[in-house]
Parts: sequence; C-alpha cells; structure tokens
Amino acid sequence: MSSMRTSNITKDTLRKMFLEGKRFDGRGMFDLKNFEVEYDVSYKAEGSARVRMGKTDVVVGVKMQLEEPYPDSPNKGNLMVSGDLLPLASPRFESGPPRFNAIELPRLIDRMIRESGMIDLSKLCIREGELVWTVMIDIYPINDDGALIDAASIGAVAALHNTVIPGIKEDRADYVNRTKDKLPLSDETIPITFTFYKLGSSLVLSPTREEEEACDAKITWGISKWNGKHMLNSCQKGEEIPFKKEEIIKIVETLPKLYDDTLKKLKKFLK
Amino acid sequence: MALKRKNGRKLDELRPMSAEVGIIPNADGSAMFVFGKTVAIAAVYGPRMLHPQHMQNPETGILRVNYDLLSFSVEDRKKPGPSRRSQEISKVTELALLPAVDINEFKNTVIDVQIYILQANAGTRTAGINAASMALANAGIPMKSLITSVAVGKLDKELVLDVDDEEEHFEEGEGSTDFPIAKIYGTDEYSLMQMDGKLPPEMIPKALDMADEAFEKIYEVQKNALKSYVSGEDVK
Repeated sequence: MSSMRTSNITKDTLRKMFLEGKRFDGRGMFDLKNFEVEYDVSYKAEGSARVRMGKTDVVVGVKMQLEEPYPDSPNKGNLMVSGDLLPLASPRFESGPPRFNAIELPRLIDRMIRESGMIDLSKLCIREGELVWTVMIDIYPINDDGALIDAASIGAVAALHNTVIPGIKEDRADYVNRTKDKLPLSDETIPITFTFYKLGSSLVLSPTREEEEACDAKITWGISKWNGKHMLNSCQKGEEIPFKKEEIIKIVETLPKLYDDTLKKLKKFLK
Repeated sequence: MALKRKNGRKLDELRPMSAEVGIIPNADGSAMFVFGKTVAIAAVYGPRMLHPQHMQNPETGILRVNYDLLSFSVEDRKKPGPSRRSQEISKVTELALLPAVDINEFKNTVIDVQIYILQANAGTRTAGINAASMALANAGIPMKSLITSVAVGKLDKELVLDVDDEEEHFEEGEGSTDFPIAKIYGTDEYSLMQMDGKLPPEMIPKALDMADEAFEKIYEVQKNALKSYVSGEDVK
C-alpha cells in the first residue's frame, strides 16, 4: 500500500482544506516542520550532520581531498555536491541510473552554497594552479516524508559548520592527523532553501509526503544574508504547472522573515 | 549611478535577435533562434508511437525534451553525451514548454523535442526554449500560445536583460546574477524560473516586469519568423 500514489480523494480533500488554510497536522500554510540537527553521523567524515524535519530524515557528510584546481579558478578550492535518493528511504525511490529528482537535489544545494559565498574557497588553496582542497558534500535521505530539499539544505550547512580540515602529508590528505581548523565559513552568510508547493490556488510550505504528492507545482528559493541584506541565491521552479506573478511575489515577500526565524532555530544547533 | 554595460547595450536592451522556421526538412517542425552570439536550433518529431511500449501513456501524449551543447559550441570542448547540467536543462525546458501544448488527445504517443546549441554565449536555455516553441508551432502541435524566454541578469546592483558570456563573469560588487524565466505568452503563467547569484527579494517584481517587456519583443521575432515561413510556403 505504501507505494500507492496519493488518491484523488486525498487530493480533493487537501484542496478543500488548503482553501480554508487547514492542514492534517494542524500547521499553518507557511509553517515549517519542526527540525533538529545531530552531528557525528560518521567519524570517518570530515564533517557530518543528520537532520530530522518532521518525519523526513537526511544525513549529510563532508569529505575533503587534495586535488588540482579547476583551470578557471587556479587559486580556489573545489566544491562538489552529490547524493542519491536511496531506495532505503522511500518506496518511491528506485535503484539504477539517477532519475531527475536525484540529479536536481544536489544541484540545488550546490547552487545555494556556491552562490551565497558561505565558503571562502580562496582560503582552500595550498599551491596556486597545483594543489587545492576539494570539499565534497554528499546527501542521502534516510526517510523521505516531503520537503526533502529544505531538510537537505539545513543538513549541508550544518555539516559544513561541523567540518574539520584533515592534515597534509606529502601533498595528500592525512585523515589520521587532522588539524584543528574549521572550514573558512562566513559568520554572516548561512543559506537555507525554502520550497513552496502549489495545489489549485493554494500555496503551502514544508509539505508532508502526502501533501507534496497532491501538489501540482513547486518552487525552491535559496536565501541568505550578505552585507546586512537578504539575498536570494538560487531558484528553481519544478513540476508541470506554472506560477502566476502574484504568487511568486507573495512567496518572495514571505522569505526574509521566514529565513530570519528559521536561522534563529538553526543557529542553536550550529557548532 | 547607472551602470554602463561593456557591450554598450542599455540595461533593458536585448541582444540582436533573429529566428528562422523550417530549417530541418526531415523534422515535423524546426526552428532556429539567435540571441547575439548564442545560436540554438530545435527539431520536433511527432506525435509518433512511443517505444518501448511500456512507456506509453493511454491517457495522454508525452512531451520528451533533449537539450545539449554541441562539443565545439563552448571554449573547452564539451564531452559529447548528456551531463548533469544538460539533463537538468532538458527537464526544466520540458516543464517550461508542457503547459502550452495540448497533447492530451495524442494518447500513447510521444512528441520529441531536440534542442542543440551551435554556439554558446550565455542564454542557451532561453534561446533553446524560444526555438523549441517555434518548432512545436511549425509542427502543428495544438498550443495555447508560444512560449517566450529570456534571462534577467543583475550586474553588481543593477538589473539588466539578457546577459552575455562576458557579463556572466562580472565579479565586481555583488557580482553577476542569472535569472532565466519563461512565460506562456499572453497569459500570467511563468513556466520556467531558475536563478543563481545574489538578488535582493525586493527586486523580484521589477525583474519580472523587465522580463515581461522582453517577452513582447521576443514574441514579435518568433511570430514574424513563423509568418514568413507560412507565406514563403504559399509562394512555392
């Protein structure tokens, strides 16, 4: 039964409830699910975090290794985000070559992190043009109950804040004798994504799996602060139904306060 | 102080555009769309039977989009074959086009849209959508309207239209932001929206307005290309 898609009856019920601003779990339409962050998923990782957001559960690990820089950024470290939608986490995830959602998730997190500038990649250069740190972030859901991207964004940021740089021995990473150094992260710029979903004319944030599957459209925004100002860093519209201009503007207007409130909660967990 | 664009364009000035329809005789519909030095071509094949059969949908036709860069369209040769980037752009392009086409009646069939970039100078996905939109119309696929697409950019603190390759690498101040958008022309339906960079939330309404003005100009180019194709056919 668990693999069945949301029935039309559920969809109709949700459509009516959303119009009245009601949800099965009693939250308001733009209320984020509660979340908590744990660390030390794996002591072998340079940094790691586990985020439980409602029943959605995601682990994120950071590994670092020494590599050549990219030709267009010889004096900067490299950033790589990947991950997989493990069949472990949902009856809807299947083994085999990555489907679109599995490609999209890490790319959205990559863009949020990269464009916000939260990591000062120029401080991860060892020898210009020759040797730099590559920061590899891997994201794996353990249980997907909706709003996976938003939980993953919090997990990625927490794991980066938790990362300790390895030592260096003969131009290779020394994972036994680690430094005590953290990554060169901005104190101010801490990006988070918020994904809004649409069913009929209703907009809803942080859906459960059931709500998410009933919805027809979604839009993800990455937001952070930079020089005292809120900045949108990334955006991606998904699913088949378009958004109207007033819907986009309404969503964007809620973002700064939503970000400030969520950041306050997140900061309690950041080490 | 207003920003001066290196290429001499006004902030809300698009690159010179051109378009041509019916460029691939084998295809059921085809078109080219040019933004400055960015050249996209698109072909539509279908509706045709979808194989393998188990992928067929008895309730509706399927739109299947493939976007890619030709290997010599960029400075560092692009390895042929799909990349994560091209797979993502293929999918968001498909979602950008889908709300405008009416393919419910073409049950069990597929409409294949193939988009290739001959020359890349920023704005390849938007040029590709504009070309594909015309190719769909040229193939006679029932459509609500044409799909128009453009990227709004931001250089430091200033919104601009249709950034080129050089502007994409602008690093001063708040740097370069890319905000590609597509809209079903004549409706209030935005079917593609992506962004990377640094854009203050309060600038979104103005960015959408700028895109709307650009869509008028893009639509004219698309419409004229389709019209001259049709009138050319009459002469033959």
